[in-house]
Amino acid sequence: MSAVPVCALHRASVIRSGSVLLDEVDLELHAGEVLAVLGPNGAGKSTLLGVLAGDITADSGEVEFAGRPLSAWSLGELSRRRGVLLQDNRTAFPFTVQEVVEMGRAPWRRTAKADEDADAVAWALEIADVTHLAGRRVPSLSGGERARAAFARVIAGRTGAVFLDEPTAALDIGHQEALLTRARELALDGAAVLVVLHDLNLAAAYADRVMLLQHGAVAAVGTADEVLTAANVSSVYRTPVEVIPHPVSGRGIIVPLR
Amino acid sequence: MPGILAIALAIALLAALIVTTGVGQLNVPPMQVLGTLLEPLGIHGLPLPDLETAQRGLWSIRFPRAAMSAIVGAALAVAGLLMQAIFGNPLAEPGVVGVSSGAAVGAGVCIVFGINAFGEWTVPAFAFVAGLGVSLVVYGLSRAEGRTEVVTLVLTGIAVNAVAGAAIALLTFLGDTQSREQIVFWQLGSLAGSRWSQVLICVVLLAGGMIAAYAVAHRLDLLALGERSARHLGVHVERLRLFTIVVVALLVGSAVAFAGIIAFVGLVIPHLMRMILGPAHLPLITASALGGALLLTLADLGARTLVPMADMPLGILTSLVGGPFFFWMLRRTRRTSGGWA
Repeated sequence: MSAVPVCALHRASVIRSGSVLLDEVDLELHAGEVLAVLGPNGAGKSTLLGVLAGDITADSGEVEFAGRPLSAWSLGELSRRRGVLLQDNRTAFPFTVQEVVEMGRAPWRRTAKADEDADAVAWALEIADVTHLAGRRVPSLSGGERARAAFARVIAGRTGAVFLDEPTAALDIGHQEALLTRARELALDGAAVLVVLHDLNLAAAYADRVMLLQHGAVAAVGTADEVLTAANVSSVYRTPVEVIPHPVSGRGIIVPLR
Repeated sequence: MPGILAIALAIALLAALIVTTGVGQLNVPPMQVLGTLLEPLGIHGLPLPDLETAQRGLWSIRFPRAAMSAIVGAALAVAGLLMQAIFGNPLAEPGVVGVSSGAAVGAGVCIVFGINAFGEWTVPAFAFVAGLGVSLVVYGLSRAEGRTEVVTLVLTGIAVNAVAGAAIALLTFLGDTQSREQIVFWQLGSLAGSRWSQVLICVVLLAGGMIAAYAVAHRLDLLALGERSARHLGVHVERLRLFTIVVVALLVGSAVAFAGIIAFVGLVIPHLMRMILGPAHLPLITASALGGALLLTLADLGARTLVPMADMPLGILTSLVGGPFFFWMLRRTRRTSGGWA
């Protein structure tokens, strides 16, 4: 792994109205990897993503982006280096999918790379499988279509880092696999991809490393095999699970004990 | 499409201005109006009104009034558009959320206490400051996570309008008979008695406001993605919102200072234009300005001529049409966004 991580947290904590949302979290995200962040509801996954994106200021600890403190970056510089996909993809006005994806190019306005806008937008529409929806207005789309349009908007920025907050939540199984395959390809091209997921098996299949959060703290981090053990998952999610090997590949599949 | 619409609206506006200025107790045919208008530019050959007084009347009464109606209409429509962008809600409008009545309180203070510190600029200055104050209050009270829910916005508007209404009532109570009459009449909204000096002030403020609006148009588009996503794309959201609020207060302040409260123009026009052009702000600014100008020019013709021998307050007319329109939009917004979103 390369020397300087794309982004890093050192003992970062977030405390809001007396409760600890993030508890001394250490994290390194490197170029070329997909890191999945997992954990039960309220474990601090979205808070973690908010801190990395600069929306939430950590109360203690350090947050770095490309070796510099996050606060030292201007919004404009950051917007050309990382893209963020949030869970809420509604638009306040009925923009078309095409227009929304073009908004993903806004950081490059009046830069040399503005020439790539049309290319990048067409590519992103294709990658997210929404080319056929380009002329549709966002409020008329289904939840899954809207999520894919938002994904297209984020990757249209062609940033070196991408943070995705539950990008697959509203998607059918085909588009879940497709989206995470695209995320992997972005990482293969050198991007650093952080993705918050709920589906443990999806994370195991597509992430290079996974991080398991519990009560705002890191319960475990490492490869899927190391982290997603029956013991870890059972204790963090307070639900007994077993990990059974896939009959062909031999990779672990996490199944609740029913 | 935006180009064609803008040209069509501009032509319609020019035609409306020329025709409407000819209509009144003394009717002047459009060609004579045009002749009177072009004569000072050294363009002769078009017919002129027979009476010298008709020419003078056009220049001193009808032209400034028509110019004022167009400018106020444009200012209110653009102000509405900007408000909707920063509130992320198509129902935001200076009249609905109480910015207009707030500005009216500021202007009323000037009238009742006879303040005249900045000459002709005094009333607009007070209207601006009060309107800005109210805008900031509404903004602070009605947002949650970068969006404003319909119910919060409307309830905030009710509260603000109630307080501002009470303040205006208090001013009416405190004022002498003359300022009372002035306040009441102007609370209803009217363009009667517009002067060139006022037109000049409003033109300057409208031009400034529109330049500012064009400058932020692209960033306003990004706000539709929500506060956080806009930030991720490099927009200084707070800075943009405050800047835009100041622009809204300027536009509303200038309109309210000289025309009183004319509600719903900022609601109806941007909505119609958005239905035709889609929600991108850059073309919407031009179209809304022209559409608002056209609407108020025609509405003022109605105000001048609907009741024979009387000048009906313009605000009554716009509210009679705009109120039901607002109600229809409220129902529709509720339905399309599934509840009180």
